[in-house]
Order: sequence, then C-alpha cells, then structure tokens
Amino acid sequence: MIELSGVSYSYGERRLFADVSLHLAPGSFYFLTGPSGTGKTTLLKLCNLELSPEIGQIRVFGQDTAEFDRNAIADVRQRIGFVHQDCQFIDHLSIEDNVALPLRVSAQKPAHEGDDLRQLLAWVGLAHHAAALPPQLSGGERQRAALARAVVMAPEVILADEPTGNIDWEMSTRVLTLLIELNRTGKTVLVATHDLHLIRQAKAQVQARVLRIRDGQLQLAGSDL
Amino acid sequence: MTPPALFASGDAERIVPPTGTTAYLTTIAAAAMAFLAVFALALLFTTADVARTWSEDLAQTATIRISAPAEQVDAQVAAVLSILDQTPGIAEARALSPEEQQALITPWFGPDLPLDTLPIPQLVEVRQDARGVDAEGLRLRLRAEVPGAIYDDHTRWREPLIEAADRIRGFGWVSLALIGGTMGIIVSLAASAALAANGPVIDVLRLIGARDGFVANAFIRRFTLRAMSGAAVGTAVAMIVILIWPSGDAAGFLGSFGFRGVEWAVPLTIPILAAAVAYLATGIAARRRLREIR
Repeated sequence: MIELSGVSYSYGERRLFADVSLHLAPGSFYFLTGPSGTGKTTLLKLCNLELSPEIGQIRVFGQDTAEFDRNAIADVRQRIGFVHQDCQFIDHLSIEDNVALPLRVSAQKPAHEGDDLRQLLAWVGLAHHAAALPPQLSGGERQRAALARAVVMAPEVILADEPTGNIDWEMSTRVLTLLIELNRTGKTVLVATHDLHLIRQAKAQVQARVLRIRDGQLQLAGSDL
Repeated sequence: MTPPALFASGDAERIVPPTGTTAYLTTIAAAAMAFLAVFALALLFTTADVARTWSEDLAQTATIRISAPAEQVDAQVAAVLSILDQTPGIAEARALSPEEQQALITPWFGPDLPLDTLPIPQLVEVRQDARGVDAEGLRLRLRAEVPGAIYDDHTRWREPLIEAADRIRGFGWVSLALIGGTMGIIVSLAASAALAANGPVIDVLRLIGARDGFVANAFIRRFTLRAMSGAAVGTAVAMIVILIWPSGDAAGFLGSFGFRGVEWAVPLTIPILAAAVAYLATGIAARRRLREIR
C-alpha cells in the first residue's frame, strides 16, 4: 500500500526524523503517536505526497513516487482518504457538497451518488446536517464530515491526523468506531494521535499496531504505552 | 432522491466562490479595452484607405511648370504639349486656364490677386495612363527642348504622405498590441487576486485529488467569460459610435473614419481575441499559483 524506505525530513536546520522506514500492509490498522512536534503530521503528509522526502523512497500502491508528475500525485490522492486535523473544508459549500467534492474532482459520474452520499452522511450521523455549512457544525461533527469525505471515493487507505484532537470523549469514541468499522471492511488505516486513551480503547476492539516517533526515529511501541 | 446541489448545477465554477469586485473590474476593463481596440482598428483601416487613395491619385498625375517671359509662354506651352503628345504613357495633358491657376493660389493670396501682372509659372496638368511615364526620359527631353519647363511627378509630395500614413498605421498596430497587452495584464492581475483570495479552496481541491487542469479551469472559464462579455459590450458600443460618426467631404479626413464593407466584420473578432487573451492570462496565473503547492 504505502511504503517508506530510509526517509529523512527536515524543516530548515531542524532534522525531524531520519532513516524512517514504514510499510502499511493492506487491511492493517496503525496508530502513530509521539509528543507534539515530533513529526506525526509530517509523516502523514509524506504518505499523502503533500511533502517529498529529502532522502529516501516512498512507494505508493507499488509505484515509486519520485517518478510522479502532478497529475499522478492527484490521482494517488484520490485513492487515499485523508482526514486533516483542521478538516480542510470549503466553507461556502454545504457539508453534502464538501463530502461529494472528491467525486466531483475525479470526474466520476455523480448522478447515482445522491443516495450513497445520504447513506454516507447517515453513517457518520450527519444526515440532518447535509445542507449545513461547515462553520455551522461543531468540532466533532466536522471531524465526522471530514471522515465521510475521506471515504467517499472508497479509498484503499485512510490517513487521519489527530481526528479526535479537539473533540470531547463521546465524539472521539464515535469517530474511532467509524475508523474501526472502515478497517473491518478491509481498509488500511493510519491514525496519528497523542491520545493514549483512544489507542487503548481501540486496541480492545481491533488488532492495531502502534508506532511511535522518538528522537527522530520511528519505533514500534510495546507495552510501555 | 435528488443529487447534491453541486452536481445538479453541473458547474465546476460553483466550487470557487464569487470574487466580488474583481468580477466587475475584469468585465469593465475588457469593455473599455475593446472600445479602444475598435477605434484603433478603424484608424488602421482609415489611414490605409487614405494613404492608398492619395498615393494612387498623385501617382497618376504630374505637373509641368513653365517659367518663361510672357511673350514666350504660349510657344513653350505648345512645345510642351507637343512633346507630351509624343510621349508614351500620357493619357491626357492640358494647360491650366488663368481661372484655374487663380483658384489654386487663392487659398494663400486671396481672390483679388492680379494674376496677369505677376510672373506666375504656367502649369500643365498631365494625367498618365496605366503604362506610366518614363519620368527621367521626359525630364531630359524637356530640358533639351523647353528649358523653362520643369516636370514634377509629385514624388516629393507623395513620399512623405505615404510615410506619414505608414507611421499612423504603425501607431495603430502598436496601439492594438498595447491594448491587448494591457488587457492581458488586467485580467492576469484580477485572476491572481481571485486565486490569492481562494488560496484555501485551491489547497483543499489539490489535497482531495484535483488535477491542476480542474482547478485552473474553474478560474479560466470564469475570467474568459467575463472578458468576452465585457469585450462584446465595448465592441458593440464602439461600432455604434463609428456607425453614427459624421461622414462626407465636409468632415475631411475624419469623414472617412470608420469601416467599409467587409471591414465591419473585423471588430467582431475582438471579443474572441479578448477571450483568448483572458484564457491565456488566467491559465498562466492559475498554474503559477498551483506550482506553489504540491
């Protein structure tokens, strides 16, 4: 699915991580954790090809991304569902339109998608907010809408960056449940979070591996969580 | 169930919000530029037409000036007419009457000048046929047989006129190029402002997998339509103004200002050219903005 080999990345003089290797196997569930500023978001952005590594190779769906042009990057992003920490909505479009945007930009025929979209919004508990604008929703509702948009293209991989970062426990549980349901349908899921309670809660329900960025290295976390 | 409103509209432009005043500025600027472009085109056609008319008229006529003592004038005129009669390429030659000569100098000296008391040269008007005249040969013969006669084929008048007309025409082309360039800059600035204002929208579109062409087209289509509609209005207004422009001999050069016949079709291309300029300018601006993100 997504494979990082010997990847290094720096912001200016500051080396964030070095020689990181990661292989996201199909159907697997990963958590990526670590203190703020250690590079969780950067690692997810590298996977989504928003950033390119200084050193190392990133392979997505079997292809070396170094050879990708801008169209190829766009096409890969249509196969990856990304839930950004700040949701990244277009504020003048309704939630339904925002959720449907990936279909629109991929030029897929949308005519038959109306019912599917409503089902999708119902699945994330936002059927009654379809016509609302993003600023009218709460943080948790926005996160669920972002998750709906991330899966509308039936992607093979879901990347979620702090999807429960700014929402209460009940809402976090709902978002986590949705991610677990997606994983049970065969999706590969990688969730960046610093919320250890969320990770423990998830591990009780799903076979999840936990990766931790520490001292610029990516490690597989054990029972010390 | 009805599909989402975004799809029902079938319009990718809806993804990009309206950009307020830049929309009107682009349309108004395109209208103004098209208005000026129509006038520059009319200037081009008019100067070309006037230069051609002047050049053809002057090229077909010549004047022979005979300066001689009063008692020899008639004999020299007769000699000149005889030579002209034998010269190939002469369609017609005749000596101007005293009244015609008086009329020629009246604009400078007034109508009361006693022409017969002044040493005014006698003029012979020469009209050439399609073959043309060997001017140099005719000059040599006149010099040998009628020393007081000077052949003037208007070259020194004609050349500056043609040069002036060419310059005005060049000015017209430069004006058209400047108008086109200015419109490109204005549209480019408006598009850049719109792109900057919609930076977050563009970022989101790229993040969810939109190709550059999709993002750029939303802006290109909008600005192309604005420029074309504005240019259409400006062109129409300018054509109406030129249509009702005063014409006729009394208006002099300005009386012939405008378009004739099929020339009226040329300004109709201006909205299309404006759309092409807007298409290119917006495309360049959009791709420049898109290159800032991955």
